[in-house]
Amino acid sequence: MKEKREGFVVFENVQKTYDGNELVVKNLNLEIFKGEFLTMLGPSGSGKTTCLMMLAGFESSTHGEIRLGSKPIGNIPPHKRGIGMVFQNYALFPHMSVGENLAFPLEVRKIGKSFREEKIKRVLEIVKMTDFINRRPAQLSGGQQQRIALARSLVFEPELVLMDEPLGALDKQLREHMQYEIKHIHEQLGVTVVYVTHDQSEALTMSDRVAVFNEGVVQQLDTPVNIYEKPLNSFVAQFIGENNKLVGTIIKESKGVVQAKLRNSKQIKGIRVNSGKEGTDALFSIRPERVFLDKKNSESIEAQVLELIYLGDHVRCRMKVADNEDFILKIPNSSQTTSLRVGQKTQVSWRVEDCRALDLAN
Amino acid sequence: MNNFTEENFSSDGVSLKKKLRRSLFKSKMRAFFLVLPLLAFLAIFFVIPIINLLSQSFLDFRYATLMPGSTQALKDWDGKSFPTEEIAKAMVIDLIQAKKNKTIGKVATRVNRELSGTRSLFTKTARAANKMEAPYMEALIKKDKKWENLKTWQAIKISSMAVTPSYLLAAVDRKYTAEGEIIQQDENRRIHVTLFLRTIEISVIVTLATLLLGYPVAFLMASLPLRTSNLLLILVLLPFWTSLLVRTTAWIAMLQSSGVVNDLLVFLGVTADDARFSLIYNKTGTLIAMTHILLPFMILPIYSVMKTISPSFVMAAKSMGATNWTAFWRVYFPMTIPGVGAGAILVFILAIGYYITPALVGGQDGQMISNIIDFHMRSSLNWNLAAALGLVLLIFILFFFWLYDRFVGIDNMKLG
Ligand SMILES: Nc1ncnc2c1ncn2[C@@H]1O[C@H](COP(=O)(O)OP(=O)(O)OP(=O)(O)O)[C@@H](O)[C@H]1O
Ligand SMILES: [Mg+2]
Repeated sequence: MKEKREGFVVFENVQKTYDGNELVVKNLNLEIFKGEFLTMLGPSGSGKTTCLMMLAGFESSTHGEIRLGSKPIGNIPPHKRGIGMVFQNYALFPHMSVGENLAFPLEVRKIGKSFREEKIKRVLEIVKMTDFINRRPAQLSGGQQQRIALARSLVFEPELVLMDEPLGALDKQLREHMQYEIKHIHEQLGVTVVYVTHDQSEALTMSDRVAVFNEGVVQQLDTPVNIYEKPLNSFVAQFIGENNKLVGTIIKESKGVVQAKLRNSKQIKGIRVNSGKEGTDALFSIRPERVFLDKKNSESIEAQVLELIYLGDHVRCRMKVADNEDFILKIPNSSQTTSLRVGQKTQVSWRVEDCRALDLAN
Repeated sequence: MNNFTEENFSSDGVSLKKKLRRSLFKSKMRAFFLVLPLLAFLAIFFVIPIINLLSQSFLDFRYATLMPGSTQALKDWDGKSFPTEEIAKAMVIDLIQAKKNKTIGKVATRVNRELSGTRSLFTKTARAANKMEAPYMEALIKKDKKWENLKTWQAIKISSMAVTPSYLLAAVDRKYTAEGEIIQQDENRRIHVTLFLRTIEISVIVTLATLLLGYPVAFLMASLPLRTSNLLLILVLLPFWTSLLVRTTAWIAMLQSSGVVNDLLVFLGVTADDARFSLIYNKTGTLIAMTHILLPFMILPIYSVMKTISPSFVMAAKSMGATNWTAFWRVYFPMTIPGVGAGAILVFILAIGYYITPALVGGQDGQMISNIIDFHMRSSLNWNLAAALGLVLLIFILFFFWLYDRFVGIDNMKLG
């Protein structure tokens, strides 16, 4: 095995409480490597912003250590950390023009005028906003303000940039467009980015790795593919993407395959992930796009059509499977779909590998 | 395609603009009727009296109506040569009439404003006027040597002018001569300019003091959690629950030479027992009490602006490498300017017309222009001069408003 290199940013056993009663961040261990795009994803109130604020220096951790470039930064004030930040409301200074906003971080670093102008010009080119240098922030659209905020966090060439829901205020189309742009800028500059969002598709499209937060704990830290395809517990499975759930009592387990009995005494098999011992209940999770309307796969079960929703490229079919009335199938739009009727009984099937046996949280 | 229709028409053929105007008119009328009672109230009890009083600063019909003959006769007099017999005759006739109508007191008061010492001249002469015979000029001079003096006649000529610059000029320590020149008031009667300057000085100092004291308080309130800041807000507003008179009087108890503050200073050894500071009945007293009373008017607008400033601005500044001070001075403070401006103009305008506090704690050198206006309204009964002083004060205020608009901008102002 290769020698383990230490991450550029390291959270070690970090805890945080605001009120002395409740831990908002519980024992966080996280390593972020240089040049990486890491996203913190989680529901509202899960402690993402708090982690970011601790890294930026606006909140202090109540336990543990945060290291940046292998130096502990607990005692370094925010303005000496050299970390760029993009805020959800952009925080562009309204009384300064775009150019003055961009010059600000360079001025406080006492960088000479000509060098300053050169850097501003370059960063404006990166975000494609060269013509707007004399405008006030109030004279820019949301997306343009977003670009300037991004440019401002990059202009002093920090090694680490933090972004807290930077696209949260934009409409869907613009948001998707900006996702690609931020991603490209990241690739172009090679800067390390820690990105916070509660939009899962944003996290999946943009990141090298995603840290899924819930209740102050990192539930899973992995690549987008693994987060989606191989969720490690029921929270991640349910939080990321859509998910069909079947609950059964475990009968036996062998070679990583769990066999269980559903409520209607039908038997089901799935890959063991973090399900419990024999005799306990487990949650079997299957992605809608991995379930097919035939009997061709190893796992086959009877289902009844409850609802059909036409979505153009595919038809969304809600079915009753065992006692679950929310079992979803995504059927690609083809001649076959037209034969389906509400109330009709049919067979659905999936591969064992696509069915994951997870813990039954709440 | 034809493209000659300039206006858009709705289905019934009425132009859309007209329709819009019609519907707007209706809602405007409704709004107008809602505010009508208040408008009427303001017009009757506020606007009209103010206009009426202010017009007295340059209009004075008293002499012209009460002494019509001499007014007419003096009109053609050049003010340099000795008045003719004709003028003297008209004067005697007017004096007899005024004596009979018992209006001679008013006339005497009017002329006395232009030249002191003429009141007794008029009342005395009027008593003897009906026994006077031609040549009248000699008769007048025989009664009193002052009739021989050209200055007396000049003062009368100025008094007889209905539209007079005298009061406005007096308000700025100038006077108008019969020759039509404007000259400085006599040395010992120059008090208004000093008072205006002192009023502005006190207002500026009070504005700066409230800003220095109020800004940190507003900042504290804006950065504390809501519960605590609401408590502080109540404390800031607490003074409004007691009358202005009580608060001012409380300062007398605090600041007098045997008061709490002096006792404390003696106790701390800052001063000796027999050399206590005089903190009241002078300018110091006015400054301290006014600063205290006007402080909330500074705090509230600044607080209301600060409350809306997201903490992320300062955080952004710091993340870009700004020290606490740079982040405050270059980012936070400029964003609070609308509140500072509103507070400053509010306090300044309230201060420049302040009356009760300087009257109670101001002593001699703590008096402001409102106090002299009050004096002319209630004691000397020279309403014309009071109106003129008020008009000058109003012009000052408008001037400062204009200055404010130039440099900060009225539409930049946020009051809440
Ligand atoms: N300044 C604060 N004082 C007290 N509690 C706080 C403070 N800031 C955050 N919290 C609490 O800490 C918890 C985590 O907050 P945090 O802002 O980190 O959530 P988040 O994951 O960023 O959520 P969101 O997606 O809504 O932004 C929440 O329960 C919140 O109420
Ligand atoms: Mg957040």
